[in-house]
Amino acid sequence: MENKAIICKNLTKQFGDFKAVDSISFDVEQGEIFGFLGANGAGKTTAMRILCGLSFPTSGEATVAGFDVYKQQEKIKKNIGYMSQKFSLYDNLTILENIEFYGGVYGVSRPEIKTRSSELITTLGLEKEAKKLVGELPLGWKQKLAFSVAIFHRPKIVFLDEPTGGVDPVTRRQFWDMIYEASANGITVFVTTHYMDEAEYCNRISVMVDGRVEALDTPANLKNRFNTDTMDDVFYQLARGAKRASD
Amino acid sequence: MKVLRFILQKEFRQIFRDKTILAMMLVVPIMQLIILPLAANFEVKNINIAYVDHDHSSYSQKLRNKIASSGYFNMVGSPDSYKKGLEMIEYGTADLVLEIPSGFERNLVREGSQKVNLSVDAINGTKASLGGASLVSVLADFNRNLDINIKLPDGSAFEPPAKISVESTNWYNPKAEYKFYMVPGILVLLLTIIGGFITALNIVREKEIGTIEQINVTPIKKWQFILGKLIPFCIVGMIVFTVGFTVMYLIYGIFPKGSLLVLYLFAAVYLIALLGLGLLISTFADTQLQAMFIAFFFMMIFMLMSGFFTSIDSMPDWARTISSFTPVTHFIKVVRLIVLKGSGFADIKNEFGYLVMFAVVLNGFAIWNYRKTS
Amino acid sequence: MKQLLAFIRKEFYHVFRDRRTLLILFGMPIVQIILFGFALNSEVKNIGIAVLDNAHDVQSEQIIAKIQSSSYFQIKDAVLNYKDIEKRFKEGEIKCAILFPANFGSDIYKTGGAQIQVIADASDPNTATVVTNYLNMIISNYQQELNPNAKLSYQIIPEVRQLYNEEQNGSLNFIPGVIALIFMIVSTALTSVAVVREKELGTMEILLVSPFKPIMVLIAKAVPYLVLSLIDFIIILLLSVFLLNVEIRGNLILIFAESILFIITCLSLGLLISNLTSSQQTAMLVSMMGMMLPTVFFTGFMFPLENMPKIFQWISYIVPSKYYYAIIKGVMLKGLGFSYVWKETLVLAGMAMGLLFIALKNFKIRLS
Repeated sequence: MENKAIICKNLTKQFGDFKAVDSISFDVEQGEIFGFLGANGAGKTTAMRILCGLSFPTSGEATVAGFDVYKQQEKIKKNIGYMSQKFSLYDNLTILENIEFYGGVYGVSRPEIKTRSSELITTLGLEKEAKKLVGELPLGWKQKLAFSVAIFHRPKIVFLDEPTGGVDPVTRRQFWDMIYEASANGITVFVTTHYMDEAEYCNRISVMVDGRVEALDTPANLKNRFNTDTMDDVFYQLARGAKRASD
Repeated sequence: MKVLRFILQKEFRQIFRDKTILAMMLVVPIMQLIILPLAANFEVKNINIAYVDHDHSSYSQKLRNKIASSGYFNMVGSPDSYKKGLEMIEYGTADLVLEIPSGFERNLVREGSQKVNLSVDAINGTKASLGGASLVSVLADFNRNLDINIKLPDGSAFEPPAKISVESTNWYNPKAEYKFYMVPGILVLLLTIIGGFITALNIVREKEIGTIEQINVTPIKKWQFILGKLIPFCIVGMIVFTVGFTVMYLIYGIFPKGSLLVLYLFAAVYLIALLGLGLLISTFADTQLQAMFIAFFFMMIFMLMSGFFTSIDSMPDWARTISSFTPVTHFIKVVRLIVLKGSGFADIKNEFGYLVMFAVVLNGFAIWNYRKTS
Repeated sequence: MKQLLAFIRKEFYHVFRDRRTLLILFGMPIVQIILFGFALNSEVKNIGIAVLDNAHDVQSEQIIAKIQSSSYFQIKDAVLNYKDIEKRFKEGEIKCAILFPANFGSDIYKTGGAQIQVIADASDPNTATVVTNYLNMIISNYQQELNPNAKLSYQIIPEVRQLYNEEQNGSLNFIPGVIALIFMIVSTALTSVAVVREKELGTMEILLVSPFKPIMVLIAKAVPYLVLSLIDFIIILLLSVFLLNVEIRGNLILIFAESILFIITCLSLGLLISNLTSSQQTAMLVSMMGMMLPTVFFTGFMFPLENMPKIFQWISYIVPSKYYYAIIKGVMLKGLGFSYVWKETLVLAGMAMGLLFIALKNFKIRLS
């Protein structure tokens, strides 16, 4: 209980008769890179939204960074970062302006914002683009930028919802480098994806099928268990009985 | 507080980069204020009347001239039969047909009264009633001035034993110019459209793009978010109001008789109420399309019931109740009172109370309904 | 053909699944008809009037009683002095005031007679005129009563017939106006925003890559809104007939045909707007400001066209709704036949074809 980043017990989210998330239970250790896999429609995004404080669970328990998802959502939000599928930076603000906004909103002081943002821009190699509107950036850069903004305030946990959709493999690899670095700095990374090769990069992964967690282990152990070399195959074996079609 | 400042910084940056909003702030008010008052005109004039004269006497001629020169009517024809006159109504060339029967003058002198037929195109009720009433008053005037009524048999003037005369004065608009009535109303209309739509569309746009979700995940508190939307748009609204005001003065020469400060105070409260409505709508709409429609629906009802197009006094009781529940009604009343009559704050403090109540209720409801977590 | 039908069906799903918009779409005409039919009219009634009676004699009280019993006026609490009147005006409580001098009653029979003062709030010029006229009439009627033995005044009495509207339902001309407005909203504004939405979301490209001819895409998008417009039209007709007791005198088929013609015009306009704008906000702004306002102001149903400066009257010639309004008013409410409206129909048809052509051509240009 003590220092786990995320704890879930029998977490359920029901819409009418439909159980999007069906009594899932798992823990995430601090500093872990935790992959949350599953087909489209399996319930990954719904589960993540509950953990981020965007949605109330129907039943079950969960704590994020030690705070309860029912009663302490605002405290959770102070301690997490989030990057959605749509990257959600403001297209009509510049890079600097976006950073400034999110930094300020999370309580980073103005001098700190200045220092960190120039570091960030240098690291990402965006010096020339700093004053450009985000809408004008190519997808890959937007993505990396969105991630950097999500961890700008040094949260304890960062939630990434399908962060690498639609980019080329090189950019994806670079993105994961950034994730490793964040994790090395002590940030817990909770990432959902349906790219099975990315599963290899995680410390542990869970696979959701039809709203339930069907497997939870390190990639190596899972491959052993299912007698195969690729995560693709692991996933295929788990998910082929799935009843739900895509979102 | 600090967080609010960051939010406001972001909002202002976005607003001033958004060309549509800038267009709305400057171009639209100017255009509307110039075009609309010219178009919106309820005066009674140019009513087309067809005169069917079966008598061709000096009285019927005099009557015809009197009607033609009254300033209310356009004499569009003298068809020789009622049927032809009706055709003119069917084609839309005439709004009224007045038929003078043969023997008109003779019967009038002999029997003391004579009926004439007036047929009115009652589809356009406004024209019909105003036109009909105008014609009746022209006839009454004609009556009074008939020689047989004014002069005694010996040629001297006739004086009734009991006499009452009326001295009438017009206050607040001595020349009875329509623009004084319309332009302030249009200013309110302007503010209403902009205020009502702008917040709703803005927030729902963020919903559609996904940036709202990003905001919901941050520790931004509800009140900070809402203030962050209200304040910038309130300022935009006040800019629009000022632009409109300047146009009103420069082009129409209308300057409020009353206190500018009070006017601005009311405008600010009114804006907050409207923006609150927009906020509320945004909590119910998922797409910009929906937001647009819901906002339009309410705006339309408000405008129609506000006393801008038609007078509130003539509404049935239930309608008047609805009208008093719309903030537009009160603001239009107030604007006209301050601009044209120079009413002071003490005179309109009831209206202030209403507007404040609207602002509080609408915004309160919006805040309550806005959920960061669903 | 089958494919096109499938496509149209998908578009229907889109439109009819948006419950909230549908609610408003069907609610709007209903609300408008009710409001226009029952609440809004340009009659002058219940006008607040303040009475300053310095005479308190039989005569002044008789006149006051007449005013009291007239439905045109509503007497507010009696005022004590001039300043009070000013205050009441400023509070917006009264729109006119009547003042009787002391010795009113006895003055009447002296030479020169008595004088009553009437003050009207001319901020609304029309009301002021009407109110002054009414008061004049009440007073002159009273004067008549005081002179029973005076020579009978010769009277011309008008017998008024209200054509096309015996029930005297306020104004019927708003019905075609509301219809035109609804068509504009559904077929122009709604269509343009919906199509631009697909552009914004990126789904438009998918459609264009499909084996459909681009024209088919546009047609499929437009059809649901055509149907929606017609449903609204039927609702308005039903409400008018059953709720307002309006008689539809003309040929229903002609009415429908002309309406479809106008709807096509509106749809073309909507498609054209969607071609030229790239964001929903802009599409909405253009439809609302650019199309709706002219419809309301230049069609002639809200404000009389004859009162407007010549420039506006010319502008109204290029506003399609003006022709539709004239046609529907004539056919539906006056029962006129095609021979009366063929000119307007021709113009409308020309506009419809023209706009359609431009919209399609523009669409093709955008693609290449």
